[in-house]
Amino acid sequence: MSYLEIDRLSVRLRGGGPLLRQVSLTVAAGEVRGLVGESGAGKSMIGKAVLGILPRSTEITAGRIVLDGVDLLTLPPAERRRRIGATCALIPQDPLTALNPSRRIGPQITDRLVDILGWPRVRAEARARELLAEVYIPDPERVMRSYPHELSGGMRQRILIASAFAAEPKLIVADEPTTALDVTVQKQILKLIKEMQERHGTALLFVTHDLGVVSKVCQSLSVLYAGLVVEDCAVRDFFRAPGHAYSAALLAATPKYTDAVASLTPVPDTVIAAVRAEVAAADRRMSHG
Amino acid sequence: MRLLRTFLMRLATTAVTLFGVAVIVFVVIRVVPGNPIAMMLPPGATEADVARLSALYGLDKSIPQQFLIWAGGVLQGDFGTSITTRQPVLALVLGRLPATLELSVMALVMAVIIGGFAALTGTRLRGTRTEGAIDVANGMALSVPDFLWGLVLILMFGVLVPIFHISGRVTPSLDLPFVTNFYLFESLIRLRLDLWADIVAHMFMPALALAIPLSAIIGQLLKQSLKETMHLDYVTLSRTKGYGENHVILREALPNAILPTLTLVGVQFTFLIGGTVIIERLFSYEGLGNMAIDAVINRDLPLIQGIVILFAAIFTAVNLLVDLAYAALNPRLRHA
Ligand SMILES: Nc1ncnc2c1ncn2[C@@H]1O[C@H](COP(=O)(O)OP(=O)(O)OP(=O)(O)O)[C@@H](O)[C@H]1O
Ligand SMILES: [Mg+2]
Repeated sequence: MSYLEIDRLSVRLRGGGPLLRQVSLTVAAGEVRGLVGESGAGKSMIGKAVLGILPRSTEITAGRIVLDGVDLLTLPPAERRRRIGATCALIPQDPLTALNPSRRIGPQITDRLVDILGWPRVRAEARARELLAEVYIPDPERVMRSYPHELSGGMRQRILIASAFAAEPKLIVADEPTTALDVTVQKQILKLIKEMQERHGTALLFVTHDLGVVSKVCQSLSVLYAGLVVEDCAVRDFFRAPGHAYSAALLAATPKYTDAVASLTPVPDTVIAAVRAEVAAADRRMSHG
Repeated sequence: MRLLRTFLMRLATTAVTLFGVAVIVFVVIRVVPGNPIAMMLPPGATEADVARLSALYGLDKSIPQQFLIWAGGVLQGDFGTSITTRQPVLALVLGRLPATLELSVMALVMAVIIGGFAALTGTRLRGTRTEGAIDVANGMALSVPDFLWGLVLILMFGVLVPIFHISGRVTPSLDLPFVTNFYLFESLIRLRLDLWADIVAHMFMPALALAIPLSAIIGQLLKQSLKETMHLDYVTLSRTKGYGENHVILREALPNAILPTLTLVGVQFTFLIGGTVIIERLFSYEGLGNMAIDAVINRDLPLIQGIVILFAAIFTAVNLLVDLAYAALNPRLRHA
């Protein structure tokens, strides 16, 4: 039984074209699923839909988002928010903008525990210290009293990771959590997320366009093109033999240490044409109900 | 250390500013036509009378000489004597200052409440008709100057539905127990709510007239700033934690959105104080501004100088306060 099940979810721009086309995917408890695809494919949209933070300019037109057996889209908004806040979390892309500049770090970690989950403040603070230590932050006490601008980008991403795990969520959405970081820090942060995920047994929806990262962190994978899932498979199978021409082209376009020429291979036009035809077919299916 | 140096620098620039203002005013009011002595004397006074009085007020000397004498006095706390009332300028001005301060602060408080409410409501209901209505109201409030709002208010609440007083600071027949001229403040301290209500009923319309344009500026700027802040990542992150719209606006967005508004409010507040001159006249409110107009009409040179210097000092003080408030609210500056 999967913890998260997205079932034929369609999202469109209000008064405009589709952004997600009948997306279906599942994430089992403790599983890490990668979401890959080129820029604008709709990877972030899926994460936002799950967390209830789709932009106001978009709307869900069909589908279900079932979290722990409950379809979130049928719940009243306040109830849905609470449920998401209590069981899910986000590790954002840019640690420099994801912390409130005018609030101290401590309250930004404990606020959910106290306000949404109703923990006593003392316990929440102890929990925050514990988590900060887990993400290898020296002197958690001092960091909790700091303001974001006093800390480095890598530190802030560690803090955001600690904050995401603080309430022991069942599911975490990580939206390109390392792209905004310094290359030297990227590896550490990736390793840290993996380590925390394994220790806490959290399911993870991992948005990235780096297939190298997918091979290290994920067990399953959804490949997106223009809001359509073109392949849904186990990561092991994907790297052995991609099930779709587009996936194969993506894989071929991924930099390999052994073959510098392959990294320059663009996705061939014939493959693009084929996948576009699939998108058009999906749109016809959608418009016929 | 750094704070102290900044403060001393500010003090120095303030002194230079006040000196410049003093020089300009001093020269201008002596160059424009109109002789204060001629206005004091009855018709048929002789040349000799004029010369005698001019000498008495030191007006027979050259302008630089007059300035040195006046500035020397000011440095010792002597702003000269009013020509029309023959009372010390300093006492006159300080006697009126509380009335104008109370009016300005009341107007500022009103503007912050109205503008803040408009901005928060507009942000909460963004994209709805209410937001549109708030924008239209803001535009209207901005396109009409304060003294015209004064006239509109007089017609509405003074004539059509007379619920507020249209002139004066307090009903003259009332027995006032006050020892200071801060009537509004002192009546509250003394728990004389009857007097307080009477004072508020006098102040309400002039304060509101001053407040309306400023509230529109606050409303627009704060709403703009809030809307930009609402798109930032930390606001989105807060939503994923389970917080609703109200919390997100008030706790996450507002503290950051206030900063750019604050600086502008400081500048606008000095304009508002400037606006008291005409508004006080319109509502016959016995403050500094009203006194300034009388002083100009009567060519009461020492009094004009005193009032202008005081206004300039208030302006610089307001700007200093705004800078301090900005530093206090912004953690980035607080630790610098
Ligand atoms: N706030 C928004 N309003 C309207 N359309 C949006 C908004 N944000 C994204 N989109 C559109 O939705 C589509 C999917 O965007 P999304 O952010 O999910 O892409 P992505 O796969 O995450 O890309 P990237 O790798 O660049 O992050 C894009 O076509 C984008 O233009
Ligand atoms: Mg994205």
